[in-house]
Amino acid sequence: MSARSYGMSIDIDKCTGCGACMVACAVENNVPPAPEGVNERKGITWIRVFRLDNGAEGVDRKWAFLPMLCQQCGENTPCVSVCPQQAVQLDPATGIVGQMPERCLGCRYCMAACPYHARYFNWWDPSWPAGMEKTLNPAVAPRMRGVVEKCNFCHGRWHAAKARAAAQGRRDLDPADYVPACVEACPTSAIRFGDLNDLENAPERGSFRLLEKLGTGPKIYYQTQRDWVREIAAAPGGTERAHG
Amino acid sequence: MLMFGLYSAGLCLVKGLNQTNMDNRFAFGLWIFLDLTVIALGAGAFFTGFLLYILKVKELGAVINSAVVIGLVCYSGAVAALLVDVGQPLRFWFTFWYPNVHSMLTEVTFCITCYLTVLLIEYVPIVLRNRRLRQVPSFLIFEFELHKLVYVLAGVGTFLSFFHQGSLGGLFGVLRGHPFAFREGLAVWPSTFFLFVLSAAAAGPSFILLTTWLVSKISNRQLVRPEVLPLLGRISGMLMIAYVLAKTVDTLIWINHTSPGAGVPAWQYYSWKPFGTWILFAEIVAFGLIPALVLLTPRLRLRSNWLVSAAALTCIGIALNRFVMTLQTLALPTLSFDPFLSYFPSWQETGTFLGVVGFGVLVYSFSFRYLNLFPQERDLEQPEAAPVREPALAGRY
Repeated sequence: MSARSYGMSIDIDKCTGCGACMVACAVENNVPPAPEGVNERKGITWIRVFRLDNGAEGVDRKWAFLPMLCQQCGENTPCVSVCPQQAVQLDPATGIVGQMPERCLGCRYCMAACPYHARYFNWWDPSWPAGMEKTLNPAVAPRMRGVVEKCNFCHGRWHAAKARAAAQGRRDLDPADYVPACVEACPTSAIRFGDLNDLENAPERGSFRLLEKLGTGPKIYYQTQRDWVREIAAAPGGTERAHG
Repeated sequence: MLMFGLYSAGLCLVKGLNQTNMDNRFAFGLWIFLDLTVIALGAGAFFTGFLLYILKVKELGAVINSAVVIGLVCYSGAVAALLVDVGQPLRFWFTFWYPNVHSMLTEVTFCITCYLTVLLIEYVPIVLRNRRLRQVPSFLIFEFELHKLVYVLAGVGTFLSFFHQGSLGGLFGVLRGHPFAFREGLAVWPSTFFLFVLSAAAAGPSFILLTTWLVSKISNRQLVRPEVLPLLGRISGMLMIAYVLAKTVDTLIWINHTSPGAGVPAWQYYSWKPFGTWILFAEIVAFGLIPALVLLTPRLRLRSNWLVSAAALTCIGIALNRFVMTLQTLALPTLSFDPFLSYFPSWQETGTFLGVVGFGVLVYSFSFRYLNLFPQERDLEQPEAAPVREPALAGRY
């Protein structure tokens, strides 16, 4: 099997900001709800939709929605090199940056290293409202308190796809075999997913990637026809308004 | 203070880190900043050992015992705070079992653990020199044998300290995702690696100077000969001036080359209040160049007030540098639609740290009371009764 490089192409112009990807992600990956009344910066959202605006007033004001998740950096991956105990690894077979919660010390150095703020710490013991534990996904282990977690392109689904393919006697996956939950849930098909090395079926390389100049080689491409969205994406840190 | 600290730390360990005001964006807080500061100030132990045993600056024998205790207190306190700071303290040994050799934090963990052991071994002879313990013959032999090792220990300690002080700087210098902290450097080491070594070596003697002065004031005794403190000041001043020069060159390279290369003009960082360019000025000039010049001017160095104030400024300058590297780095936005963040520690965080300070003061006080921290003290006390000479000498060192 040749090495794959899974990535995404997200069409910002198609995103309506409905949040279905966020819900699908939390359900698929057993992400616990944060306790009531906590600071929004303490909750866990592997994928999060930001609302951007062009800064104009009145009828000229325009909005765009930008889904933000782990950018699965392929070069100089900031979080991989800093982890003291190899709990974060870039899988050369898939290009996915994986996090091993069982080995994580909880030092949060990887969170400090990530420029996309796509890593989340379990500040509490995971708990679900009574009855909701029945909706938990048996294919994904919930994480314990005191460790870091993040998007892994639904690793449970990747394992399941591999197992299904093996049962059918195939060594390789077809593009349709493995699709993350957010991609499946998006009603406007704004999120496309695939192997960037597979030229026939790869998602389109979009118009920009976030913080490209840092040289981290993110594998999430964004597409837009609107110049002002591109300008916001390219602007220096903190110069634009957003609404998480 | 110790009880309050234990209660705060207990809450964080039992209930989890939700007791702190840190969050997913402000992943490091008060503890990491203070750990870095305390470890830099504790550098006096290794650097004094290096000067005394390797470079044979004999005068420093007067403060070496005290320096070792300060080092021990600083390092053990920092490690204790770190164990509360991590989410899964029981997994600390994973770093030794599954080490990631590319991580600066692995290097820091290895070196600090080894160095803490070295400090403990260095502490043992000081304890064994206690008058009552000396009455046990086997302790006396053990101490004698251990004393032969002191040069080896000083060498090992210097080597280990050099690397972990540097790696603590490297922790932030390698953060490619934060152009504010990211620095280029030599081979695998970013420039902050060398800057941290130099600044810690500069701050260490100043901190020993400060503590010796303070202990002498509190106990109302002369602890070292009058020439020792200005000597510490001169060493600190020389290193500080070298640090200020290196830091200036590094800052210029960063402003003109590294930061623009990562897509961020450097003025951008200083547009966020309250972190204006004043912080850069304070770090390099007010708390860097000025105390260095005072410490290097013989006339000013010999005046107790100037000497002590300059040493204090040096220590504050190093603390400010650690603050900038840890907290300002995390507060600054990276994505264009990120907000600028603020953070204020919770009482549990402050309490835990106060507990560490309490522990340090306690260990140092007991050591001062029962052990011979300042070998010259007894000689200085003997010639005549103390009260006569105190007022005259008080201002001299």
